[in-house]
This record gives sequence, structure tokens and C-alpha cells, in this order.
Amino acid sequence: MKRFLGFVKKEFLHIFRDYRTLIILFGIPAVQILLFGFVVSMDLKNAQIAFLDLSKDEMTQKISDKICSSGFFRRGDNLLSFKDIDKALRGNETKAVIIFEKNFGQKLIGEGKASLSVITDGSEPNMATLATNYVTAIINDFSRELTGLSAGGTLLVQPEVRMFYNPSLQGQFMFVPGVITLIMILICALMTSITITREKEFGTMEVLLVSPLKPVQIILGKVLPYFILSFLDVIMILLLSWFVFGLPIKGNLILLLAESMLYILMSLSLGILISTVAKTMQQAIFISLVGMMLPTILLSGFIFPIENMAKIYGWVSAVLPPRYFIVILKNVMIKGTGFLYVWKETLILMIFTAIFIGLSIRNFKIRLQSEGGRR
Amino acid sequence: MRTILYLIRKEFIQIFRDKFIGRAIFGVPIIQMLILVPAVTFEIRNVNLCIVDRDLTTESRELVSQLEGSSFFKVRFSTFSEQEANNLLHRDQCDMIIQIPSGFGKEIGNGKPGKLLVSADAINAANAQLSWAYLNGVIRDYNQKRVALNGVRMAGTVVPRIEVTSRYWYNEMLNYNHYMLPGVLGILVLAIGFILAGLNLVKEKESGTIEQINVTPVKKHHFIIAKMVPFLIIGLIDLTVGLTIGKLVFDIPFEGSIALLFLGSSIFMIAVLGLALFLSTFSNTQQQYMFTAFFFMIIFILMSGIFTPIESMPLWAQKIDLINPAAYVMRINRMVMLKGSTFQDISRDIYALILIAAGFTLLAVNRYRKTA
Repeated sequence: MKRFLGFVKKEFLHIFRDYRTLIILFGIPAVQILLFGFVVSMDLKNAQIAFLDLSKDEMTQKISDKICSSGFFRRGDNLLSFKDIDKALRGNETKAVIIFEKNFGQKLIGEGKASLSVITDGSEPNMATLATNYVTAIINDFSRELTGLSAGGTLLVQPEVRMFYNPSLQGQFMFVPGVITLIMILICALMTSITITREKEFGTMEVLLVSPLKPVQIILGKVLPYFILSFLDVIMILLLSWFVFGLPIKGNLILLLAESMLYILMSLSLGILISTVAKTMQQAIFISLVGMMLPTILLSGFIFPIENMAKIYGWVSAVLPPRYFIVILKNVMIKGTGFLYVWKETLILMIFTAIFIGLSIRNFKIRLQSEGGRR
Repeated sequence: MRTILYLIRKEFIQIFRDKFIGRAIFGVPIIQMLILVPAVTFEIRNVNLCIVDRDLTTESRELVSQLEGSSFFKVRFSTFSEQEANNLLHRDQCDMIIQIPSGFGKEIGNGKPGKLLVSADAINAANAQLSWAYLNGVIRDYNQKRVALNGVRMAGTVVPRIEVTSRYWYNEMLNYNHYMLPGVLGILVLAIGFILAGLNLVKEKESGTIEQINVTPVKKHHFIIAKMVPFLIIGLIDLTVGLTIGKLVFDIPFEGSIALLFLGSSIFMIAVLGLALFLSTFSNTQQQYMFTAFFFMIIFILMSGIFTPIESMPLWAQKIDLINPAAYVMRINRMVMLKGSTFQDISRDIYALILIAAGFTLLAVNRYRKTA
């Protein structure tokens, strides 16, 4: 035991010796939380909108003023002909063009009907949909004001909405669980696999193996510091999102931390597994970064909801552990549900952990024998 | 010149000596393109509904069947107990509960507005907002139908109506593949350059082979150029592979000139490689470099506008994006591929990228010490 503790201490020294590793360990999660919180947003703000006004009357002036004063759009060029539309949109500054038909105001008052077109830049589908929706809503508003009717007058069905779990529709509720999941995979899987393959690549693993420490102790000693550090990371992210965004933890904190520990354990065993497969650090990095990281970002339901993807991706993501952990986090952190709601996901994570550990033990032993044979 | 050529040959031999890396350089991008491009979509499909219909009149049933008829909504459950409905929402079985209170049909029949209670799972705020917008659309249609039915009673008041027609240019069907693929191409090139080139240099440091180069009369800029060229070539080959997949598998339209796209990506690549080599001079081990690289890549990618528009970012973030090469390449790729933008349309981005590339490369040459 004392020997083991000494080994753990050595590993800790290895990590703390390098201030860069530490900065990254705690810098990446902090930067991610802040970027997602303040920079990445799907809202439409200040999009430049150009007008092709073939009518140029009071009515079109009023409508364009209303659109530009909404806060979503900012007035761009006044186009002169249809030819200009392509040029404006291709220049990438203008996101939408509104075309008023000829004699717009006259028709609206005289015939009670006038039409306008919205052309949006479909190369950014989100922006395009949002811009079209907002313009339509603003115009609907305008025509309602025009008739002097109150909103209720024309509507027969009045829906009232309650946004559950997230009444103010903040983005944080989605990305904080996502960032935690991502960081854990990064630190646990990537860091452990690198440290272990490092010893292999430099041949120091053999030195360790001939020491009186048992292989299990070596691996545990490698893994324990990262376990502690990742756990600190979880706590830091939770504190950060609480202080900066006021994100509360609705459910049981102990349950949340326990589930995090399970997930950390899972990621660590994954890291060990990677290290048994990879021969060099570069390979380990490649496997964990390209093979684990990107799929985790994209297929775990963290930015892009899995329900919206084609079926096959649902199946692919079913074998990605992060997906289950995100469900657990969402349930416990945001919905405030208890263990009864997440036992299935917990069980799945445990199974993953068991499989990863089992596989690495098998691989590890084979390696030892073949190495023994060579010597 | 001959020195550089020999050095480049040495680099290629070194890179491909590791069979795994040689295969990964080409295999991983292919897999990533096939998996990731179609996965990314913000399109909403299959919003699962739970209906609590306490009214059970023709009017309420009509509304429900209208909801069922729309492609976005799926009526998965219907119950009479609010508690059960909330429970379903809690367990993630449904995304939205629609409660129709009793008396709904009667109110509507009398021409009064009927109330609906909607509860949505809003953890994913963007999704909730979109579903809510779709729901409003369905209700608007329903309203119009009812108004037409009640038309006789409402007649007499002419409401001026503005007809709004909308079109999406460059991507009529709002296909998300078309949106993501140019972005993923940029990220692939970024990752290849950033990770491999930097790791390569640090590895030489770690194993001490860099000392052997340092004692030769090879000039600093020779060395840096020789480190850049192989990865530039690999990146461009990867770009070609990615484009071919885009054309064959996703049938991506290619409106602009391919040469322009390659020009943009090459300059981008030089910027990335320059930065990678610069950063690698600060690291002594591959592990350290990996974390530094990762730190920067996350910032670059999240701020590049691949997922969310740069215009929606706060002003200070947009200022930072002025030196983010990924932001330029994202824009260039999308504009050239989807909109067919010409050199004139993107000249500002190209010039800015050239400045950034030159800056980073000079930094790398300057930082690299032969007396390490």
C-alpha cells in the first residue's frame, strides 16, 4: 500500500510539474463554458437586410422601418433591380432581401391584398428560417395594427405555453451538461491513454513492470490522479455555471456527484483500453481525439438533438456512452428527478465500464506475455 | 532549394513510416465526412405529443387530427390525467403536452377564443422555440379553417392582407448537408494541420532527433518550410477526398471555381501550420502540445461560425474572429461552394488570410531556435 501511494505521488508530481497541463486541465472547461455561454448563440441579431422597393410609397416605408427597428435586422442597401439581389447575397453581408411589388400601398388599400417576397440566403439554413419567420411575424403584426384589431380578435384558438424546466429559454441548460461530458472524455480517456502509451513508447513501462509493483497497481496509480482531477473539474464547472449563469442543481447533489464518478470511471477504463490498443502516443491521441471527441460532440445529443437525425445515427449514438450520461445529467441537474428515472442509464454506463475494463485486462496480459517472450 | 527538397523527402518518409498514421490521415477524414455531415441538423422532426383532451368535441378532435396530419408532430400518447402527462414529459417520453380544457368546442362555436394549454420540454431552448413556432403554424391553419367555416357570420369586414412569399436562395430545400459539408471540410484541414504538424515537430524534440538537424547547416526557414510542405500536401489531398465524397455521396452543388476553393484552403492551411509550428516551440512533450493545440482548436472551431452565425456573436467576439483563420475559411468554403462567389466577392477574406498566414509563419521561423 505504501509503495502504491508512493507511485501515486510520483504520478501527481508528473502532472503538477508541468504548469501547462494544469492550465489546460482547468482552462479548457472554463473557456468552453464561457464560449458557449456568451459567444455561441443561435439567435438572430442585427442581420443585414436589403430592400428592393418597386413601389416606394408610404406603406413600404413603414414596413421597412418596422422591420429594421425590430432589433433582429439592420438596414442594408437599397437595391435597384432584380439583378442586384444575387450580388448582395453573394457578398455575404446581406442575409435577406425583401421585395415589395409594384404599387404595393395602393393595392393594399384598394384591393385589400398586396404581396411581398422574402429571399434569404439558404446557405445558412438556420439563419434563413429564422429570418423568414421573423419577417413574417413582423408583417402579420403590421397588418393587424393596420386594421386596428387586437391580437385576440382574429384568433379563435389561443394557445398558452409553459416552457418546462427552462422558462426563460436559456441555452446554458443544454450546454453545461454537454461540456461536462466532453471534458470528462477528454481528460480521462485522452490523458490516461497518453500517459500510459508514453511509458510504453519510451520503454519506461518495462522499468515499472520489473519493479515490485503489480501491473494492476501501476495502472491504478496512473489513473487515480486523473480521477481526482476530473472530479475537481466537474465541481469547477458546476460552480462556474452556478455563479456565472445562475444555473441551479435541482436534484440531489450527492446523486449527481456519484453519477459523475461512475462516468469518470467509465472514461478512465476507456482510456486504459485505448492505451492497450495504441502503440505510440500519436496513435493514442488520434484514436481518442478523432475517434472519441468529434462523435461525442456531434452524436451525443449535446449540440444537435439525436431525435432530429436519421435513424441510423440514433443507433450509432446508442453505443456512445456520453449519450447516456447527458440524459442522466439533464434529469438530475435540470429536471430534478431522482435515481428511479435514471437507473437504466446508470446500469448501461456500468456495463460499458465493465466491458472496457474486461477488454483492457485481456489485452494487457497478452502484451505482457509477448514482451516477456521477446526478452 | 535542394536542401528543402531533401528535407521534405525525409519528412514524408518519417510520416508514412508509421503505418497507422499513414492510414489514419486518409481513413479518418472519410469516415468523419460520412458520419458527421449528415448527422448535423437543426431541422425538427418528430416532436412527440401527449394530448390531454378534456373536451372531446368535434372541434377538439379536428384540432388533434390537424396536428397528426402535420409532418412535425406525432401524437404518441393521449390521456385524461394531467399528472400522467407530466410524468411522460418528465421521463422524456414526450416533448410537448397539449391540454384542451372542457368547453373548448363550445367557446369556439360561440366565436370566442378557445384556450389551449401547452407545456413544452424546454431544456433545449432552440428546439422548444422551433416546435412552438410550428405549433403556432398549425393552430393558425386551424383558425383559418374555422374562420372560413364561420365565414358567413364574419362577413362584412374586409381585412387587408399582406401575402408573404419566401424563397431560400442557394439552398432551396434548406438541406443541412449543404450547409455543414463546406464547414466540415474546413475543420478536417484544420485538424490535420494543427495536430499532425505540431506533434511531428514536438516528437522530434522529444526523441532528440531535432538536435541532429540543428547541427547541420540547414537554415531556420528551410527547416520550417520543409515541415510545412508535406502537411500542406496531405491537407489538400484530404480536401480532394472530402470534396469527392461530398459530390458522390451527398451530391453537393459546386457553384464556384474549384481553384478558388483550393487557393483559400491552401492559405488557410499555411496559417494553421504556421501557428501549429509556433505553438509547438513552446511544448516539450507531445502531451503538452496536444493540450495546447486542443485549447486553440476548440476556440477556433466554436468561434468560426460553423454551427452558429458570427453575426449573432457579441462584438468583442467578432473582433477576436478577425485573427481566427477558421472563421475566414468557413466563409470562403460556403460562399464558393454554395453561392458561386467569385474572387472579388471573397477578396477581402483572402487578403486577410494571407496576412494571418504570413504573420504566423514569421512567428514560427522567429521562435524556432537552433540552439534548443
